[in-house]
Amino acid sequence: MTSAPVPPAPAAVGARPDGSAEPIRELELDGITKRFPGVLACDRVSLKVRRGEALALVGENGAGKSTLMNILAGLYQPDAGRILLNGEEVEFRTPADAYARGIGMVHQNFMLVPNMSVAENVALGLRSLHRGLRLDMKEARRRVLEVSEHHQLAVNPDVHVRQLSVGEQQRVELVKTLCLGARLLILDEPTSALTPQETDDLLERLQRMTEELSIIFISHKLNEVKTLSKRIAILRHGAVVFSGDTASHSTAELATLMIGREVTQARNDGGGAAGEPILTVNGLRVRGDRGHLALDGLDLDVRAGEILGLAGVSGNGQRELADVLAGLRPVEAGTIRFDGEELAGSSPRRIIERGMGYIPEDRHHEGIVPAFSVKENLVLKDFATARFSSGAFLRLSAIDRNATELRERFDIRCASTGAATGALSGGNIQKVILARELARAPKALVAVYPTRGVDVGAAEFIHGQLLALRSQGAGILLVSEELEELVNLSDRIAVIYRGRILGVLPSRDATRERLGLLMAGVTA
Amino acid sequence: MSRRFRFLYVGMVSAVAALAATAVASLVLTAIGASPWATYVTIFTGPLADVFTASEILVRAVPLTLVALGIAMSFRSGILNIGAEGQMLVGILASTAVALALPGLPKLLLLPLSLAAGAAAGALWGGIAGVLRARLEVNEILSTVMLNYVAAQLYTFLLRGPMIDPDELMTGSGTPQSMRLPRSAWLDRLVPGTRLHTGLLLALGLAFVVWVLLWRTTLGYRLRAAGAGSKAARYAGVRVERSLVVAMLFAGGFAGLAGAVEVAGVHHRAIEAISSGYGFAGIVVALFGGLHPAGIVPAAAFFGLMLVGADMTQRSAGVPANMVLVLEGVIILAIVSARMYVNNPYAQERAARFLRRIFRSPPVRTAGATDDPETAEETQP
Repeated sequence: MTSAPVPPAPAAVGARPDGSAEPIRELELDGITKRFPGVLACDRVSLKVRRGEALALVGENGAGKSTLMNILAGLYQPDAGRILLNGEEVEFRTPADAYARGIGMVHQNFMLVPNMSVAENVALGLRSLHRGLRLDMKEARRRVLEVSEHHQLAVNPDVHVRQLSVGEQQRVELVKTLCLGARLLILDEPTSALTPQETDDLLERLQRMTEELSIIFISHKLNEVKTLSKRIAILRHGAVVFSGDTASHSTAELATLMIGREVTQARNDGGGAAGEPILTVNGLRVRGDRGHLALDGLDLDVRAGEILGLAGVSGNGQRELADVLAGLRPVEAGTIRFDGEELAGSSPRRIIERGMGYIPEDRHHEGIVPAFSVKENLVLKDFATARFSSGAFLRLSAIDRNATELRERFDIRCASTGAATGALSGGNIQKVILARELARAPKALVAVYPTRGVDVGAAEFIHGQLLALRSQGAGILLVSEELEELVNLSDRIAVIYRGRILGVLPSRDATRERLGLLMAGVTA
Repeated sequence: MSRRFRFLYVGMVSAVAALAATAVASLVLTAIGASPWATYVTIFTGPLADVFTASEILVRAVPLTLVALGIAMSFRSGILNIGAEGQMLVGILASTAVALALPGLPKLLLLPLSLAAGAAAGALWGGIAGVLRARLEVNEILSTVMLNYVAAQLYTFLLRGPMIDPDELMTGSGTPQSMRLPRSAWLDRLVPGTRLHTGLLLALGLAFVVWVLLWRTTLGYRLRAAGAGSKAARYAGVRVERSLVVAMLFAGGFAGLAGAVEVAGVHHRAIEAISSGYGFAGIVVALFGGLHPAGIVPAAAFFGLMLVGADMTQRSAGVPANMVLVLEGVIILAIVSARMYVNNPYAQERAARFLRRIFRSPPVRTAGATDDPETAEETQP
């Protein structure tokens, strides 16, 4: 799905946003079935979306949402079932077919060329602007401006995409899809990479857009679903288990339907006494990738047996702090004391050996080796220890046993522990990382956005594990953007802003408002 | 996708690829006035007709295997070694020099010593590129290709100057080649009357060793982790830069050894054009064999067959050997493309759709067939 080509909009449709093509009054999926080897991805799914309506499609990772939407977007063909557009049966053989009928999809990973301007990105998909070797950039700019004005999606057509924040790129994706003539938008987890502010902003815009468009909104986050959608369909194991009005059900009820059992929100009960500081950072100065001071005199301490939440809008130094604590970024000034020892400037190996655990931000590239099997990834830090090797040779039976045990204990869902880890769902990859780190019984753990993009069930599990580790006396630094997660799990919450800690609050005093102000840099 | 469909699909793709390759090749052959059929028969069956030519296939497979094993190790470790050709040449120089310098040593000592010298020289040559990449982030493709040029010139210079056989100077013929190696530096012949030597056993043994090394040892784990996910490996405490250097030492070492084995087993002296392009063909063999020893050994044999076949075609069918190389290129391209198609699920999905449309099998959406795509496929001819 990541390799989906930008679909060229056929000239006949001309991708006019004013709706010169037939409007979508009603789209119906009827008994859609899709089978992959060994998996029934979609099992007789039937859905209906009307004009001016937002339908939320929710379900756990691997419930079949993406497959279903890829069928609707023309990337896959259903094995059975039909798609009805305004009551007429249609067949989408390619993404271009779907676009021609006004169905556009915004993928979770943006499909933009970073080194091109916004207008150029839009022009890529607009075949009608390609005249021989010439490209009508004037017209492309005009369309971008027209669409962005009409839908109040402010974008500058002349800036390069790489210069834009994630939130702005999201807007460019929307404008691009609309310029290509979409009248029904499929949004695949559009908020997964956004900050809370950007999320609120996007939801508001989408809400306005539903006045003239239809939207299918895929999400894990039920509060967002409640805000935006009028109707909801819940998928489990490829089948629709519930569909109805969003307003008449609470988020707790919806979550229960989604994972098939009741969800309990893991909470830090405040019990247990925090001990001595295990990790103390003083006056830390570190440069970011562009050479600026990303951490500028940062002070922080994490005590044994506590969870210290680190709140902040992403890009304020969280990434650099995490890198430094893993030994992957040089320290310009300052000290890092970990369990009575100075760690600034130590190698990753040494820091790992001292008992530091780490759940990195980019789980696909930093957390695991995607091509390695689950069992190989589970020993990524310990393959050379006496437990898993003797002399130069790996002890394969010990590695197997370890994997079987951790798979059970951490509920890692995979066909076999020999399967490639990169093929697992995001939540399961995170469980592999969690299993590896917790099995090492770390004295301190740095967890960076540990539940970003994972489903409710997996998030619940991860939260429970973090709390269990806390009660075993480890110190945890939890970096997150989800205020609810921070407040529920942390003993104290520190707010990072432009490379410094702006304030530390006990979590019972941390209201959304107070944190929000600190995150915006307001101290008074 | 049902198993039956997949079987059909693989068969079809292979057939189309074979047909396409044959068509292109026939066109070329007809253009130069040769019979395509006779040429093909000669390439693929000629070498198997008698013991000598069959043994020649293996003679060529030996250096190809050795080079490809090293290439596989480097590619698996995330560093693309294009310098096997140069590493082979310095390996030949070093092993020849050692064998000629110590003619009095017993075979049990001299042969291993000379082979080891070849491997060490190749490792050193490869190591340069490894260190440049690890320390200064010099692109290894650039450095290994450039080092190929340096090695080629060094080789020519030494063979025409300091290392030239004094006999050549005396007789005045001046062929650029070294003195003949003492017999105690030769690899034994495996089959009397052929050139097949014990290097074959060495290559097969090392294929096993590479498999053990990559998949059964901590070093191999480290190398593969650095290659398959350098970021994650770094986070997990693997020193990725060091792995790159180690990988290049191995890759260069294998190429150097291939050169040394070629001298000790076949030519018994350093001559010009000794590498026969094995350094580059080895890269293709490694990729063709899936960067895995179990694939590399048969791939090397297949390439050996084609090389011998090319020689025979020149003699028996009157097709120039260069033209045969063209044909071989076409065949390899066809096989590689076919394999991409077979392994690509999207392509398979498209093919299934295409078939459904062509044969107008009962539309899957009609009642009855809805639940079981397998039945829909079964109805296809």
